[in-house]
Amino acid sequence: MQARAYAAPPTLDDALALLAEHGADARVLAGGTDLIIQVRENRRDVGVMVDVKAIRELTEFTFLADGSLRIGAATPCARIYGDSQVARRFPAIIDSASLIGGVQIQSRASLGGNLCNSSPAADSIPTLIALGAIAEIRSKRQEREVLVEAFCTGPGQNVLAADELLVALRIPAPAAHSGAAFQRFIPRNEMDISVTNAAANVTLSADGQTFTAARIAIGAVAPTPLLVPAAGAALVGQPVGEAAIEAAAAASRAAARPITDMRGSADQRRHLAGVLTARVLRTAIERARAS
Amino acid sequence: MTAPEKPAYRVIGTRPVRPDGIDKVTGRAVYGADVRLPGMLRGIVLRSPHAHANIRGIDASRALALPGVKAVITGADLVPPGKTLADVPDLASNLMATTKVYYRGQAVAAVAATSEEIARQAARLIEVDYEVLPAVLDVREAMLPAAPILHAGLRTRGGDPNTQTNIIAHHVMAVGDAEAAMAGADIVTVEGEFKTSMVHQGYIEPHASTATWNPDGQITIWTSTQGSFPARQNTSAVLGHPISKIKVIPTEIGGGFGGKIAIYLEPVAALLARKSGKPVKVQMDRADVFEATGPTPGTSIRAKLGATKDGRIVAAIADMAYETGGYPIATPANYATMVAFSCYDIENLKMDGWDVVVNKPRTQDYRAPSSPAAAFAIEQLVDELSEKLGIDPLALRLKNSAREGTRGPMGMPYRRIGHEECVQAALDSDHYRSPLEGANKGRGVASGFWFNVGLRSSVSVTVQPDGTVSLIEGSTDIGGTRASLAMQLAETIGVAYEDVKPTVVDTDSVGYNDVTAGSRVTFGTGMAVVEAGKNLIKEMSGRLAGAWSVPPEEITFNAGTFSAGDKSMTFKQAAEATVGRGPGLTVSGSVNAGFLQGGGFAHHIVDVEVDPETGKVQVLRYTTVQDAGTAVHPAYVEGQMQGGAAQGIGWALNEEYYYDDNGRMANSTYLDYRIPTTLDVPMIDTIIVEVPNPLHPYGVRGVGEPGIVPPLAAIANAVYRATGVRQHQLPMSPRRILETTDAMKA
Repeated sequence: MQARAYAAPPTLDDALALLAEHGADARVLAGGTDLIIQVRENRRDVGVMVDVKAIRELTEFTFLADGSLRIGAATPCARIYGDSQVARRFPAIIDSASLIGGVQIQSRASLGGNLCNSSPAADSIPTLIALGAIAEIRSKRQEREVLVEAFCTGPGQNVLAADELLVALRIPAPAAHSGAAFQRFIPRNEMDISVTNAAANVTLSADGQTFTAARIAIGAVAPTPLLVPAAGAALVGQPVGEAAIEAAAAASRAAARPITDMRGSADQRRHLAGVLTARVLRTAIERARAS
Repeated sequence: MTAPEKPAYRVIGTRPVRPDGIDKVTGRAVYGADVRLPGMLRGIVLRSPHAHANIRGIDASRALALPGVKAVITGADLVPPGKTLADVPDLASNLMATTKVYYRGQAVAAVAATSEEIARQAARLIEVDYEVLPAVLDVREAMLPAAPILHAGLRTRGGDPNTQTNIIAHHVMAVGDAEAAMAGADIVTVEGEFKTSMVHQGYIEPHASTATWNPDGQITIWTSTQGSFPARQNTSAVLGHPISKIKVIPTEIGGGFGGKIAIYLEPVAALLARKSGKPVKVQMDRADVFEATGPTPGTSIRAKLGATKDGRIVAAIADMAYETGGYPIATPANYATMVAFSCYDIENLKMDGWDVVVNKPRTQDYRAPSSPAAAFAIEQLVDELSEKLGIDPLALRLKNSAREGTRGPMGMPYRRIGHEECVQAALDSDHYRSPLEGANKGRGVASGFWFNVGLRSSVSVTVQPDGTVSLIEGSTDIGGTRASLAMQLAETIGVAYEDVKPTVVDTDSVGYNDVTAGSRVTFGTGMAVVEAGKNLIKEMSGRLAGAWSVPPEEITFNAGTFSAGDKSMTFKQAAEATVGRGPGLTVSGSVNAGFLQGGGFAHHIVDVEVDPETGKVQVLRYTTVQDAGTAVHPAYVEGQMQGGAAQGIGWALNEEYYYDDNGRMANSTYLDYRIPTTLDVPMIDTIIVEVPNPLHPYGVRGVGEPGIVPPLAAIANAVYRATGVRQHQLPMSPRRILETTDAMKA
């Protein structure tokens, strides 16, 4: 294992100071479910591991006055999906958080870590994009906010500067008559990385018959998870039904720019982008009508 | 066809707790990687990054200069004293390359250092000068005249002595005139071409060996192996070191399935120990296991069946090409000709088998080697034939089934076998009688055969003063054989199972045993156990004769009791009376149980559901039927049946060596090499059929292997019923199902 030093700063300021001091030689450690493997397999050389799990602000989640949900970047998935209020108001988050790894992994892995690892196939990022989540970023120099859909810049790459830390994810309060859902496709029934995944967040008219807003995101079909504005546009103003769903699925297929590898072929992934878009839309509609 | 009546047994057929169970479930059992010795160094093997390359030179000077590095070896160190590089057999060069590498992952050098980290760092400092050569990865491509040649000196056995080739051997097997029979009027034919991918056995424990080499030349090796005696023999051959100076101590083994028959690390650890003067442990990581051990061949099979309209199969033709990996040693296609049509009684047969080298790891046996791929082809054609003829697929198999007297593998007529009984049990099963309803679902069936082997075994039995007995074995225990052998001894000498204490010992401590493979231990070592038991009774009778002052031949032994006239003693009483007060008593039993043990047959039924949008196949229900001869420990028989089916499900649906454009295996992890998880396999129902094997005193047949033969074809047949599309290539992954159905054409 090639990690030369380890630090567990007790406060956010301490963590930011360490990042400012060590820059690119430092690496933030949350659950470690990606980072430790990368280090062990010599895929990453880390000078200082900055463990942020001792920082309270990073390991808590709270509902804000406006109904939005603020999740500390290192909060374990298991704690999030174990919360009944989150389950009721943000079921799509549960869809994602409950299928990343098994229970042991979920007790360590975090949504913030999943985002910062910036895998094109990450299982929480499409959900965060569909929900319009915002990344709260801090460094000693500045504070800033970035929409999750603009966070990843390539496989394993993102907008964070070497001295910056993802502090929290803020998910806006769900609109009335809205619903969201996430699904992935894997060849087995567990223990796989998504061949393709998708999330949808739809708002319906009060009578539940017309789409009034929609955000569709797809993953593992491009260098980063993608927001598909054309899929949303294909729905808004349309009657809820299979014709609109198929139009959105076609938009997802068109937006996909997949590769062929051991996990799936480009054609398969493009096809699945459409299949999964339709499937998550059907669940999101059901949830919107039940809300 | 009714199964012969089974004798009443006292211990055989019960389900006692296994002797190794507590150690295994509490984590105390010592596996290969658990061995730790004082002063022990760690060894790391440097492996080729290329699939095919000449080695122009190796410079280890930078590695040797690293503090903590104690020894470096290369292929040159594997040349026994007095021999030259040219004499090095392929066995040795597969352990460590000398002038050429034939597959990615092949060992090139090894380092011993004071820690694993230093050894790894040192391995990266070894400079190997490669001249990269074009590689060939597909078996049919490798057979073409223009293919890159792996071994300049290779000639097809019995072929043109002047033509370079990748074809090791062409096996021809013909009975009657298949071509003519196929062309007959009123003959219905089906044919197809089928491909399977290279797959790995997927055992959970990576290979690990630890060795010491004393100044007096005594080598001791702790290793996870399917055969400690063959490991000793092969290490001796490679090192040119006498077997009397090598002791192999087998550790517990975390699965093998054929993949732990060959040696990989044993001589490497020994040579590093000699050079460093310290004990050395070498273990593989998962990528090493995938890339550098012995997976099972990828295959290409073209086959054709011809039958009369009333369903009598009269002719069969098969052309079967099997990869052997980088070395011309294995002969999987020869096995294929022994097993491909062995479930059936077919008058006219023609089989061509081709063993072909390709730039992949040297292949090894995997559970019923060569049979699953052949069954993937043949059992799908039988299914197609049943559809074409309008005959139930099980009825068609019953009509054509092999039985006692039918010509079996290698031309010998079968003794009593149980294929018909298995098919009949499948026909009568609740599963087959329950209708399968709903869209996108299908049911498939298939038969399977494995010939099972006998080979050589030795055991010794020592009577303890308290009347218990120690059973000393040399067959490493993979599938619960300590229990199944102790049960046969308890049955033979009339004591309780709990009074037999079985132990697997090292190569200095018991007579010769062949590998734990070919489903042979409960059969072959079982025969040695029964013989030892009989010898023990004879010896005890002799001692009692002295004590009772009667002639030995007047003493009878029945149901665990010695008697003569009005005198009688149980085995335990007799042991206390003789060994408790007199000299110790040890007997042995040694057998050569022959090559073949009479066939093992299985039949499987599977229901699947195929998601038409994603191509994913879900196994809904699975039933395995198998002839166990006599099920010594039925729970372990069921475990073998279920294990074979589970591995077959993985092979059928997702497992494959996936190569990228550069000839690199891209999925050498359990994340991307997808063996089934618990959520992918339903509870597998088992139906044990018992048609006693006339070759074994208790009627035992090997049960480890037939269970992996039917699943590939049974699932393919089920997928066909669910989708209407025949599957000609494995794995039937979601991608392949999408590509072969209309799903993506919309």
